[in-house]
Amino acid sequence: MKDNIVNISRRGFVKGFALSGLVLAVGLPGLSAEEEKPKYGRDAMPNGWVDNPLVFVSIAEDGTVTIVAHRAEMGQGVRTSLPMVVADEMEADWERVKVVQAPGNEQKYGNQNTDGSRSVRHFFMPMRNVGSAARMMLETAAAAMMAVPVSEVKALNHEVIHQPSGRKMGYGELAQAAAQLDVPERSSLQYKSAEDFRYIGKNSSKNIDGQAIATGQAEYGMDVRLDDMVYAVVAHPPAYGDTLKSFDDSEALKVPGVIKTLTLPSSPPPAVFNPLGGVVVVAENTWAAMEGRKKLKIEWNKGPNSDYDSKAFRQTLEQSAKQKGGKVLRQLGDAYKTLENAESTLSAGYYIPHLAQAPMEPPVATAHFQGDACELWASTQNPQASVDTVAKWLELKPEQVTVNVTLLGGGFGRKSKPDYLVEAALTSKAMDGKPVKLVWTREDDIQHAYYHTVSYEHLEAAFDENGKTQAWLHRTVAPSISSTFDASSVHQMPIEIGMGVVNIPYAIPNIQLENPAAKNHTRIGWFRSVSNLPHAFAVQSFIAEMAHQQQRDHKELLLELIGDDRQIDPRTLQDDWNYGQSPEIYPIDTGRLRRVVELVTDKASWGKSLPSGKGQGLAAHYSFVSYVAAVVEVEVSDDGEVSIPQVDIAIDCGPQVNPERIRSQLEGACVMGISFAMLGEISFKDGVAEQDNFDGYQVTRMDGAPGRINVHFVPAKDYNQPLGGVGEPGMPPIAPALCNAIFNATKKRIRNLPIRYQLEA
Amino acid sequence: MKITINEQVHQVDVPDDMPILWALRDVLGMTGTKFGCGQSLCGACTVMLDGQPIRSCVTPVKQAENKKLTTIEAISEQPAGRAIQAAWLEKNVPQCGYCQSGQIVSATALLNTNPKPSDEDINNAMSGNICRCGTYTRIRDAIKQAANKLEAGHEG
Repeated sequence: MKDNIVNISRRGFVKGFALSGLVLAVGLPGLSAEEEKPKYGRDAMPNGWVDNPLVFVSIAEDGTVTIVAHRAEMGQGVRTSLPMVVADEMEADWERVKVVQAPGNEQKYGNQNTDGSRSVRHFFMPMRNVGSAARMMLETAAAAMMAVPVSEVKALNHEVIHQPSGRKMGYGELAQAAAQLDVPERSSLQYKSAEDFRYIGKNSSKNIDGQAIATGQAEYGMDVRLDDMVYAVVAHPPAYGDTLKSFDDSEALKVPGVIKTLTLPSSPPPAVFNPLGGVVVVAENTWAAMEGRKKLKIEWNKGPNSDYDSKAFRQTLEQSAKQKGGKVLRQLGDAYKTLENAESTLSAGYYIPHLAQAPMEPPVATAHFQGDACELWASTQNPQASVDTVAKWLELKPEQVTVNVTLLGGGFGRKSKPDYLVEAALTSKAMDGKPVKLVWTREDDIQHAYYHTVSYEHLEAAFDENGKTQAWLHRTVAPSISSTFDASSVHQMPIEIGMGVVNIPYAIPNIQLENPAAKNHTRIGWFRSVSNLPHAFAVQSFIAEMAHQQQRDHKELLLELIGDDRQIDPRTLQDDWNYGQSPEIYPIDTGRLRRVVELVTDKASWGKSLPSGKGQGLAAHYSFVSYVAAVVEVEVSDDGEVSIPQVDIAIDCGPQVNPERIRSQLEGACVMGISFAMLGEISFKDGVAEQDNFDGYQVTRMDGAPGRINVHFVPAKDYNQPLGGVGEPGMPPIAPALCNAIFNATKKRIRNLPIRYQLEA
Repeated sequence: MKITINEQVHQVDVPDDMPILWALRDVLGMTGTKFGCGQSLCGACTVMLDGQPIRSCVTPVKQAENKKLTTIEAISEQPAGRAIQAAWLEKNVPQCGYCQSGQIVSATALLNTNPKPSDEDINNAMSGNICRCGTYTRIRDAIKQAANKLEAGHEG
């Protein structure tokens, strides 16, 4: 430790705040009464949270403030947003801030699993604590050095000023002394008031990686280069559960640049985060490895899913969804009886196929096995799980494995599973410790994703003679993510049914929610917004269908279903999860849902008269403890081609910490929502995904993107209001709003995604 | 063989059929040009060959012999490239940023041949470049802003 500091100092970089190495206890102080209470939010996350400035901040003699980003950057802007909070609260000048990425180490940094739209929601306060403590330590140091009372000094924009005399000291001058001080107690921290914020809630701080990205200098997992490094690709088993029988590599080894081949063990389902197994081709460069792989002759043993046919499976799902029964998720009144006796009823089913996340950077990891240690560099959303999984496979202790987190070229849930890091580590070990960059090609990525589930949603509604909705039946059938961890699992987990099945806050007197069983036949995983996608697509499409049948305005009916403003304890809706947040602090607030509907319909001039072939569609959805509504405007040509002149999207996510990045996330969510609705499908035949690149698995391009995306915010009262998620909640309303717009333009109702050619005459 | 990359002559000893992408990335260590699909489907690997935008993931290195390659690392040498980069920063275009090298090279090539592109021109020129984060509307705005600045005689 001491040597390390000396070395750093010799380079003229005083790691001021890193001297003590003190780590505060994780979570709340250990009062026994506290431990009895259920934990929520950041307190409930594995390894909790850390707010020690000595862990997150260091200051160089030249005044450069280095702030640690402990969450993974994949386009959501977290490397800007959280360090920006620290910088603002500690009165650092953003122009003099550097951000360094933490390796996977949750004991030191707190939870690092970057998913669930949680980063800012969970770490806004801890990062304010970091900044506040750092500022107070700098002020204390300055007062001592100037020999004045601390009450007379004030930190302002990278300096501490002695107010009576105007004397100033820069942060660089103060760093050494400040680092010697005790970290202030959490209870003694003083925070800036919101009117003094320079970055929080403003659009004043530029994306920390923008310049590097625009000049091609940004380093992603794909760009890692080590001395003496070799390159590898893997021939994976074609279907989930297939295993290697035999292979002939004689032709592969003749490819110039190919060094050798080796095998990886197959893991039987459940997949968990284990590698799929197969044959690795190691070469002097990526291209040679890819060419070598083409020349392998491999025989596979067929596994339990080698006959998976997604067309046939769709029928299975549909049949289950249409049959009365299944696990009852929630029951209110008697929906069945009401449906039977109603004046009028409506029934419809909705289908969404498997999807692949397909981040622009396919999975990639570089590993350097060193006998009793292994160091990796990878684009991973989940560095601690990467450490733990790699350690398990290498039979090392977690502390012997280092996972350095690069920038991610997109993640969308795929990179929260570290299977590809294990492949790289095992390959480096098999290569006697040679550093290995293991690259997934686009074909690997699309054929071996942890796919978004496939789902069929059956809905029924009953109306009285006045057109009031009296009953609601929703049967949801989809293989669960839990099947990736427990092969016998056939029902959706609480986190899945808590994404828009049980926790719909609609004021309907009779409700029946059921979940028939569904088996998985491939690796099911998280895809941005997860089960909210099929649930919101079905529910929000169905409400538009209800309005049409009852000859009501869609917005009017939606607001009627949302009902009076009320705060609903999610537990009363059989939702014990609520995105991990406290039901008291985060009730489901129908007033907030109503307001986003009103805001977006107002901004989009809902109901405006449009020429034939044009239409507007509406949808609203609560997810990740945020409230979002969208109005999509479409134009459908006579030959069925859809264009989208405009999307309006409104969000209430509580306080907006980095509004500019919230806008960009919602813009991106609109495009990704349109993408899967228009084009997205992974289908399986004989257990194998039928798509393998962007020709078969199509995604929205510039020519299919909306002409304009207008993002609207519901302002928060203050920064004490609980924060909502941002990265994911924008997506769920888009597909139903789009299909509702298409209906209004064409009178054609889309119930099966993707839309693709369904509108052609 | 000899290839001129960003005004520098490089001796590259690789098989003739190795795609330019891998010669740049793995052999020469120029990692700004990205691998996204390997099939000329996503545009992440876009570079200029004698001023024309090409997909380097499917273009054999032999085709670049005695020609001039321009990559993201030197796109700022071109007035349109500088203007595009400046507009990208001003509009905060990138999210994850992985596709943006290819987007910037394609956009620069567009402005080099069409200094005042319409929405349709932009859609046509840029639809070979996928952005999975969905930055398309900002890319459109940024291209128009760069075009306006170039027309007004500013380079960003």
